Amino acid sequence: MLRNAWVGVLGLALAASVVACGGGSSDAGKPAESAAASAAGGGQKVDPTTAGSVKGMVTVDGAVPKNEPIKMNADPVCVKENTSPQFQETYEVGADGKSLGNVFVYVKDGLGNYSYDPPTGEAQIDQKNCRYHPHVFGMRVGQTLTIVNSDPTLHNIHAMPKGNQEFNNGQPIQGMKMTHVFSAKEVMVPFKCDVHGWMNAYVGVLDHPYFATSDKDGKFDISNLPPGTYTLEAWHEKLGTATQSVTIGAKESKDVTFTFKAPAATTTN
Amino acid sequence: MLHRFSKFLAGCTVLLILAGSLVTSNDAGLSVPDWPTSYGWNMFTFPPSMWVANILYEHGHRLIASSVGFLTIIMAVWLWFAEPRRWLRWFGVAALGAVIAQGVLGGLTVLFFLPAAISTAHAGLAEIFFCMTVAIALFTSPRWTAAPANPVDDAMLRRVATATTAAIYTQILLGATMRHTGAGLAIPDFPWMFGHVIPDHWSSAIAIHFSHRMGALVVTLAVLATSARVWYHNHHYGGRGELTRPATLIVALVATQVTLGALTVLTQRNVWINSVHVVVGALVLATSLVISLRAWRVSIAERGLRTAESAIPARPSIRNPQSAIRNSGARA
Repeated sequence: MLRNAWVGVLGLALAASVVACGGGSSDAGKPAESAAASAAGGGQKVDPTTAGSVKGMVTVDGAVPKNEPIKMNADPVCVKENTSPQFQETYEVGADGKSLGNVFVYVKDGLGNYSYDPPTGEAQIDQKNCRYHPHVFGMRVGQTLTIVNSDPTLHNIHAMPKGNQEFNNGQPIQGMKMTHVFSAKEVMVPFKCDVHGWMNAYVGVLDHPYFATSDKDGKFDISNLPPGTYTLEAWHEKLGTATQSVTIGAKESKDVTFTFKAPAATTTN
Repeated sequence: MLHRFSKFLAGCTVLLILAGSLVTSNDAGLSVPDWPTSYGWNMFTFPPSMWVANILYEHGHRLIASSVGFLTIIMAVWLWFAEPRRWLRWFGVAALGAVIAQGVLGGLTVLFFLPAAISTAHAGLAEIFFCMTVAIALFTSPRWTAAPANPVDDAMLRRVATATTAAIYTQILLGATMRHTGAGLAIPDFPWMFGHVIPDHWSSAIAIHFSHRMGALVVTLAVLATSARVWYHNHHYGGRGELTRPATLIVALVATQVTLGALTVLTQRNVWINSVHVVVGALVLATSLVISLRAWRVSIAERGLRTAESAIPARPSIRNPQSAIRNSGARA
């Protein structure tokens, strides 16, 4: 009887482990082509001879809070790689004190039924100097994301989407690479490293190519946009979202400015 | 010797609970993404040079858990071959089953990205396993196996102490739910709640947090009631050191626990305060369990569960307080 109980317990544990391993797998094994094809849609192609663009800037009104300092002393490798004081990348404010980087800007609505070429090339996120590079970026549904560990220390890359498959993979060896394909659009998918709690990044996954991330001067550029009226959204990890409507004529380029209101703070950046 | 070993195992389990609470407090639960391996290595050959940052907490927790599992195997085998009480032999096997299930739950919660239900179950089973080790240490103690001169037989104490133990366990489950649903700071002030006696707005997280605070109130009153009953009993019948000691200890532990709970909020979940709060919660539960089991001891013995005691001539127990007083007076 005891023997039967033991067999039962071990069998249960084994079955649970098998189920668990299945639950923890990512979408990385899905063929990129099929996902890309589904993302492309069946509508008309964008005519490059009439396409316009949206250029613009993201600014912040007021003084943003100072970025939180990071203590990396839990990992000697990170300390060695970063000799100067380190801070979170929450507010990437330009030298003018107004321009805001790391804001994801994309066409949220109005594209209709266009079809797009499958994404070419790969998106990449690198774990280097115990940071994610880039911190905010965009990619297409069906596009391959390459995840690299350039650090001589361990990282785990933990994606926490709501509409895609969550995954958490370890990369213990410097130079390790893995790939992942998101199967559904989602703005934004957060990444975190559970080993180094300060490491975080965000990716916007879209079923079209009209997105950009503002640079350190707050500038962004979305090109090859067909004529039409669109809802643009700007997303910031702390300041939330801002939307505005823009109408693009044939071969027209529009300037758009997004201005976020700074939260009340006692210290400034 | 077996008693000493079981006490050692219970002590190691306290350390394991501390290690587990440090994992959660440091948000390190997924820092080792695979299980039962660690970054592809066998858990026991994972190089110490790689135990950096949060990995130290998660991997350390796994190693301590494995050690406790190994010690539990030894204890179960030891009980099986050395313990005359059949029910206690099977209790040792049950403890081993609990620690195996606990390990599987720990692995599942990692592989499924820390779902609140599994993580809470992991926390709840940890307390049950700890209680089992404490109970085994108690059942194997010389004082338990020897027949006391003046055994406690107080139905009211049994009821109050058992209800208190159940209330503490429920409170721990509430705390674990709060912890694993991220509701630890859902009410950010203390002793007020959003500046009021009762929160002026609600969400599921606030409700969980509020329940834990109310649970603390219930547990405090229950513990005071149990301790009061023990001291009442001691005052009338005397010689109740096996009850008055834990009854005093549990009041001190609850006072410490309430303070730690308040400080957890006031320090915005300081890692060590938060973690020690979990450990002291386990100690409150274990102390209450000891009081309950000692209160139930006569009843257990009378049902013939303690075969070792069956060979010892039965001594009169105190059932009626009045007669007890008379007996006490007669002896004096």
